[in-house]
Amino acid sequence: MPLPPRRRRAEWRAALVPALISLASIVVVFGALAWFVTSAEQWPRIRHQFFNIEAMQASFPRVLAGFWVSMRVWLTALVCIAIWALVLAVLRSLRAPVFAPFRLMVVIYIDFFRGVPVLLLVLLFGFGVPALALPGLPNSALFWGSVAMVLSYSAYVAEIYRSGIDAVHEGQRAAAKALGLSEWQTMIHAILPQALRNVAPALMNIVVALQKDVALLSVLGVRDAVREAQIYTATTFNYSSLLVAAGLFLLATIPMARLADYVTRRDRERRLQRAG
Amino acid sequence: MAGQARIRIEGLTKYYGDKLVIDGVDMSVAAHEVVCLIGASGSGKSTLLRCINRLVDWDHGTITLDGVSVEDPAFGRTGLQKRIGIVFQSYNLFPHMTVLDNITLAPRKVHRIPRAEAEETARGLLASVGLGDFARAYPEQLSGGQQQRVAIVRALATRPDVLLLDEVTAALDPELIGEVLGIIRGLKDDGLTMVIVTHEMGFARDVADRVCFLEGGRILEEAHPARLFTTPENPRTAQFLERIIASGRL
Ligand SMILES: Nc1ncnc2c1ncn2[C@@H]1O[C@H](COP(=O)(O)OP(=O)(O)OP(=O)(O)O)[C@@H](O)[C@H]1O
Ligand SMILES: [Mg+2]
Repeated sequence: MPLPPRRRRAEWRAALVPALISLASIVVVFGALAWFVTSAEQWPRIRHQFFNIEAMQASFPRVLAGFWVSMRVWLTALVCIAIWALVLAVLRSLRAPVFAPFRLMVVIYIDFFRGVPVLLLVLLFGFGVPALALPGLPNSALFWGSVAMVLSYSAYVAEIYRSGIDAVHEGQRAAAKALGLSEWQTMIHAILPQALRNVAPALMNIVVALQKDVALLSVLGVRDAVREAQIYTATTFNYSSLLVAAGLFLLATIPMARLADYVTRRDRERRLQRAG
Repeated sequence: MAGQARIRIEGLTKYYGDKLVIDGVDMSVAAHEVVCLIGASGSGKSTLLRCINRLVDWDHGTITLDGVSVEDPAFGRTGLQKRIGIVFQSYNLFPHMTVLDNITLAPRKVHRIPRAEAEETARGLLASVGLGDFARAYPEQLSGGQQQRVAIVRALATRPDVLLLDEVTAALDPELIGEVLGIIRGLKDDGLTMVIVTHEMGFARDVADRVCFLEGGRILEEAHPARLFTTPENPRTAQFLERIIASGRL
């Protein structure tokens, strides 16, 4: 008969003491900070300008509606980037000589879109293209601004995909070729599934970065969270609405960042396991 | 012999950049024959093997399979790979696929065999190498010896006429080598034509119908193992074998 786990209780107590110490320490440090800030001479004015509850409540519905626009742009752009970047990365990774012109085009594309600031692209596309009034294409700043984001982000993501493709061991290609798989089949069945798994952590970080960067579209007058908050600020000279927008972004990005950390950790464990 | 060579290599020459790696090799392998290639590291064994199924291109010379150039368009893009299988030192199984999917990938995607039929063949082959219970496992769940046996089955899945083996036991722990060599002996008994690169001299002596000694991209000597291992004619062969004996591998 195995003995009952008598140490459990001691372990529980052993874990409790450090937890209490950290809690107490947090209360002391943050309490001191709060006391220091709120006792400052300027605090009432700061609170009125940035943490005004009435202003927050008044602006909340509009900012939330704008935030919903931001998140829809984010999700749509995400799907487009994932696909377009994959096309770019695969074209660049095909080795047969006939693909040479495509490889060159992708290289130029990536150099261009990585080298130009996103904000500039958003302005160029969001204001410039609708001004052309192209027949048969949408004319909204929102659409073309999103296109600019997709084109720019895809350049980065394509490079991430490609690093994942290059990291797949050469022997995998040799095995696929020896089995008679075409270069295309090799890519689809052998290389890409491994490459995507390799770069999942890097991709997750891009997902989080894009979640914030969609706010750039507000420069086009797109009524997203930032723009709505700004409109409120312009009419009331109170900045609390911007903090509402900030809060909403944090609400969305923090869970995503935690998810990214989780994916990264799991990936590292998987690699350690394979190496061990 | 001349008429019935399964594989015939004539005047094969290959450079990597300016470096001559295969230097005018002539060699033939009869049907059901097992030929072992031995030689020091860098002598060109792997390169020669990889030319036979066109994994690498060469500069001069010809390779024929049953009298037809392996470069003949009649093979199409996949005909040659169907008839010549290869197994690598590092297994090169696809880590994201189950054992069964590894084996049936080429039959299904390349040779358009229905899934059910491909899987039936695969399960039969797996059982024959003692891995009947591992069809749904992933490569990383298997030992090195088990992985290499799966790799052999994968190469056999299209029922090739010729099997190329490149140091298939070199990455294995000593106690796992036997199980893989046992499979290869079984294939010889079934009459499969094989070209085997190996550092296992005992195995070569045991299984080979003919042993070729390579150095500097040339075949310096070829003979029946009983002759080549006991009374080598070329002093370079003798030197190589002495080094092997000194390191305790014969
Ligand atoms: N992809 C490559 N690019 C350039 N040189 C290569 C390449 N592959 C092989 N070589 C060179 O060709 C020569 C023959 O290599 P090969 O792999 O055929 O030798 P080997 O007899 O199989 O050696 P080992 O016993 O170490 O496997 C070596 O000098 C090697 O450095
Ligand atoms: Mg080799």
